[in-house]
Amino acid sequence: MATVSIQNLVKAYGKTEVLHGINLDVADGEFVVFVGPSGCGKSTTLRMIAGLEEVTSGEILIGERVVNHLEPKDRDIAMVFQNYAIYPHMTVRKNIGFGLRTSKLPKADKQKRIDEVAAILSMTDYLDRKPAQLSGGQRQRVAIGRAMVRDPAVFLFDEPLSNLDAQLRTQMRLEIKKLHQRVGTTIIFVTHDQVEAMTMADRIVIMKDGHIQQVGTPAEVFHKPANVFVAQFIGAPSMNMLDGVYAGGVITTAGRRVAVALPLPDGAAVTVGIRPDDLRVSDGAALFEGTVSVLEPLGAETLAHIDIGGRDVIARADGRAPPPVGARVHLSADTANMHFFAPDGEALR
Amino acid sequence: MADTHIRASADALLRAPASARGPRDPAAIIRWTLLAMGAIVMVMPIVYMLSASFKYPYEMYNLNIIPKEPTAENYAYVLSDGRFYRWFANSFFVATCTTVSAVFFDALVGYALCKFRFRGRLIVFIAILSTLMIPTEMLVIPWYLMSRSFGWLDTYWGIMFPGMMTAFGTFLMKQFFETVPDDFLEAARIDGLNEFQIWWSVALPMVTPALSALAIFIFLGNWTAFIWPLIVTNSQELYTLPVGLTTFSVEQTVDWELIMTGAALATIPTLIVFLIFQRYIIRGIAMAGLKG
Repeated sequence: MATVSIQNLVKAYGKTEVLHGINLDVADGEFVVFVGPSGCGKSTTLRMIAGLEEVTSGEILIGERVVNHLEPKDRDIAMVFQNYAIYPHMTVRKNIGFGLRTSKLPKADKQKRIDEVAAILSMTDYLDRKPAQLSGGQRQRVAIGRAMVRDPAVFLFDEPLSNLDAQLRTQMRLEIKKLHQRVGTTIIFVTHDQVEAMTMADRIVIMKDGHIQQVGTPAEVFHKPANVFVAQFIGAPSMNMLDGVYAGGVITTAGRRVAVALPLPDGAAVTVGIRPDDLRVSDGAALFEGTVSVLEPLGAETLAHIDIGGRDVIARADGRAPPPVGARVHLSADTANMHFFAPDGEALR
Repeated sequence: MADTHIRASADALLRAPASARGPRDPAAIIRWTLLAMGAIVMVMPIVYMLSASFKYPYEMYNLNIIPKEPTAENYAYVLSDGRFYRWFANSFFVATCTTVSAVFFDALVGYALCKFRFRGRLIVFIAILSTLMIPTEMLVIPWYLMSRSFGWLDTYWGIMFPGMMTAFGTFLMKQFFETVPDDFLEAARIDGLNEFQIWWSVALPMVTPALSALAIFIFLGNWTAFIWPLIVTNSQELYTLPVGLTTFSVEQTVDWELIMTGAALATIPTLIVFLIFQRYIIRGIAMAGLKG
């Protein structure tokens, strides 16, 4: 196990800078997830930590060592790739043991280690099979096994669940989390799926356009998003965003008034964010009124798209008795659960 | 899935009325006629070669396929000539060495050109490719001058050196290595393998169909090579089989029946190679999008 420290990390391809000086400290044994849209620089950062991409400037430390100029094999890391990268011409045993090829362990110890890892991953019965004879989830386990067998200081996962179907992804998510709890190795995991990030991470690093937008626990980034991007990226469905104007302790938005004290001058533009979970269809006092335009039944609940004066917002409604399409409904929300953002997108509280 | 689809299509075809199945379809008639003509053009020389190998000299210039008096004397004569075995062994040695070398170097260079980024990579690739556009007849002159300068005339090395690495093979392997995802190589790099080990243990096994196809192309090419071995060798002990067979023709007479017999015997190894590896040849050709 080891800490990972990234200091002023910059990556440029020619004159195009794709990472603009990011800083991050990953604690020993921590499970950190990098999440962000395609092209945000999360995989590039991971590959730089792995030594597969050169560092343009800045420093990467694994443990106490600066690893910028070390070969990947000398960094004491193991990586699991999106397409598994398990060798089709080798059996599961050989694939898992591949990471030990250059190890000086006696052969018997290597076999013992392979057997242990296979047992942890429930792959003992498949050790003599070739990858083509395995399911997607089993292949992924082999890839994880190959990483585990080396007992590295840091595990790096590059979107390892992207190629799995939804059900298997959920299962593997849980297995990786259990694995982390069991082995306690530092893990850096890259994904574009915010649900994966929320469910697995000790801390989430949200990236956009080569910058870190926010680092925090899943609860922090969900309940206290640092800016509009984070607020909309984390949480499904996305947070409802309503433009308003602040004056005298009141925000006027969508024709309604919300009383809240913000550090803004009168007349300033403000964006009000309300998560669909915090926007309730109610019979009583209403913040907004609108017409149900579309329903998305999810079983236990229904997502109701409601038109409030030309703006579409999403509210969660009862799955058993949702309001019908075309119905006029009242929507209420607690001010304490609302989020307020300045014109530059930064959170105001 | 594909099998089911093909089976369903076949079932539909069988159920269709005879008129819809193709034979009366003008396009199908043209297609089948052209294919038949192509097949005849390709197969006839082989049939004639086999036929002639069982004929007496007086019948050589008759184009009948079935000899009037079939004889195995030609085979007995050729096989009793000790030189035939020597030439056969020479051909086998030259073709095998050249194939091993060419497959090794073509795959190595193709991999480097495909997976490494270095200054001048494109220029090197274009330079290699451009040699494909020069016919062998043009290349034999510099090859000969080179051989003479280095003392390689009338040696095995002299016969083999032009084929020890091929532009075609380099191009073919480069194209195949494009299909190997970099993740595999990077995973091996993280696992501590050096670049040669990555090529040997990871990349190469993943392009086995291409390697097999290339090996067969090169083996067959060298087995049947004629012009260069003829030019570079003087001693009969160094002749390869195609060159050796020409000794059955002297100034005034050509013993065609013996030449055809030798040629028929010479095709046996190529047939064996093809029958064993045809799966790889066909897959290799299909994957490379090449025509033979």
